[in-house]
Amino acid sequence: MMGPDALADLLARLCPMHLMLDEEGVIRDVGPTLQKLRPDAPMQGRRFLDLFDLTRPRAVPRFSDLLAEPGVKLNVVFRDTPHTALKGQLAVIPGGAVVALSFGISLLDAVRDYALTSADFAATDLAIELLYLVEAKSAAMEASRQLNQRLQAARISAEEQAFTDTLTGLKNRRAMDHVLTRKSGVGLCYSVMHIDLDFFKQVNDTLGHAAGDYVLQQVARVLVEETRREDAVARVGGDEFVVVFDNLTDRPRLRRIALRLIERLEQPMQFRGRPCAISASIGIAPSVEQPDCAPAELLRRADLALYTAKRAGRATFRFFDPHSCAAEVETAPTARMGPPRLG
Amino acid sequence: MLSNDDSWGIGMHGLVNGAIQSFVINTYGRERWTHVTEAAGLGFAEFEAMLTYDDALTEAVLDALCAELCRERGEVLEDLGTYLVSHPAVEALRRLLRFGGETYVDFLLSLDDLPDRARLAVSDLHLPALELREQGAGRYELSCGPDLPGFGCVMMGILRAMADDYGALVMLDHDGNRDGVEVIVITLIEMAFAKGRAFDLGARAG
Repeated sequence: MMGPDALADLLARLCPMHLMLDEEGVIRDVGPTLQKLRPDAPMQGRRFLDLFDLTRPRAVPRFSDLLAEPGVKLNVVFRDTPHTALKGQLAVIPGGAVVALSFGISLLDAVRDYALTSADFAATDLAIELLYLVEAKSAAMEASRQLNQRLQAARISAEEQAFTDTLTGLKNRRAMDHVLTRKSGVGLCYSVMHIDLDFFKQVNDTLGHAAGDYVLQQVARVLVEETRREDAVARVGGDEFVVVFDNLTDRPRLRRIALRLIERLEQPMQFRGRPCAISASIGIAPSVEQPDCAPAELLRRADLALYTAKRAGRATFRFFDPHSCAAEVETAPTARMGPPRLG
Repeated sequence: MLSNDDSWGIGMHGLVNGAIQSFVINTYGRERWTHVTEAAGLGFAEFEAMLTYDDALTEAVLDALCAELCRERGEVLEDLGTYLVSHPAVEALRRLLRFGGETYVDFLLSLDDLPDRARLAVSDLHLPALELREQGAGRYELSCGPDLPGFGCVMMGILRAMADDYGALVMLDHDGNRDGVEVIVITLIEMAFAKGRAFDLGARAG
């Protein structure tokens, strides 16, 4: 049978964070690494439960209750600072108990707080491997994080250079600017139509952004279907669209297109069984009526005409009036409809 | 000793290419690195550590680098190994190697686990198998597997710099290439020759 001194010697080597306790729970022997955590306060002679707060098992009033549960797993915290958490196991031996402790997840803080070295750990302890792994994984994560940041930056820059609105597949504002720049030659025949959805905000507010996105996609589909291949259709803002009609300045024809667009956009759309009711206000500026007008100016005039259509009660369209510098009122039959009811 | 038509395995890990890039930039300057990437016909100037590249690119970079520096590939690779352990820009790697043990001998004995340790950190990073044989009287033989020709030269630099790090005095010999396996002979003259550099377990490299 091994004597207490021989056992303490063995434990010091194999289990440098052990405690040997007598039947009263007084510390009789302490492993060198555990004592290193409190270099100025010898643990020998102190009571185990005075030194440590037991967090598991809870509600153990007396040390003798622990002895009644041989092999019990322990979670303890130093009562004084730093309040390092330790995990361990208690084994009952004749005349008392042995408690084997280890850092568990508090290892990272502990090596820093107590300046531990690999010599403080048993050769079988995975502490060093764990520290290695944390550092290696952190370095690898950092490299991945930097890669992700660069990819994100590249994505943003690619999006900035893109010509397509990702939600609708239409042209975006940049693409529209390019289209209009190519129209800057004198005497070119084209028209700019500026379309702003009515009651779109209500759809977003009452049915959510997914419904709003769905509506924008349906609007895009209608715009593409109601225009020709050579016309440029763009989403230039949240619920704003611009159509540039190539070789088309004929008022009756533009009027028919505008009426047809409003009529089709007012047809109820269903999103997950709920109706989304919108309409559109439209401003139109044909190039031949303002021969010296630059494309950007024509776009501005279409915008002014749109503003007039909005003021006229929405769900209607206006041509820009070059003489009065205000949009000319052209009453559309659908303009009488008023706001569609919201579902 | 090193043939240029050897292949470096399937798909070179960006960490290896990134190490070469970091070495050239921090040792010889960014301008020379730009020359090297142009001469190698890379078409880009920055390797990404977490991507994988065609082996041919690494070969081309090393060829261009040796031509740029007018030096043998073996020497350049040994310098790369020394750089990886001693330069502050790659301090994290030196720390990871120091986890190998308390003394230089512990470190040598931990080298067998190095490829597995590397894979534990970055699962698609495959380093050649390393095997250390103790031959008594402070003499060791390290075999570097055939998957990455020239890796033995890099290991020479790493072993030399780690000896300084631990404060050990060693003699190293690249004993040539046996069926693609590079052999390094390490003779430990004195374990505690100099003070070495401190290694604090708790001080994580930033």
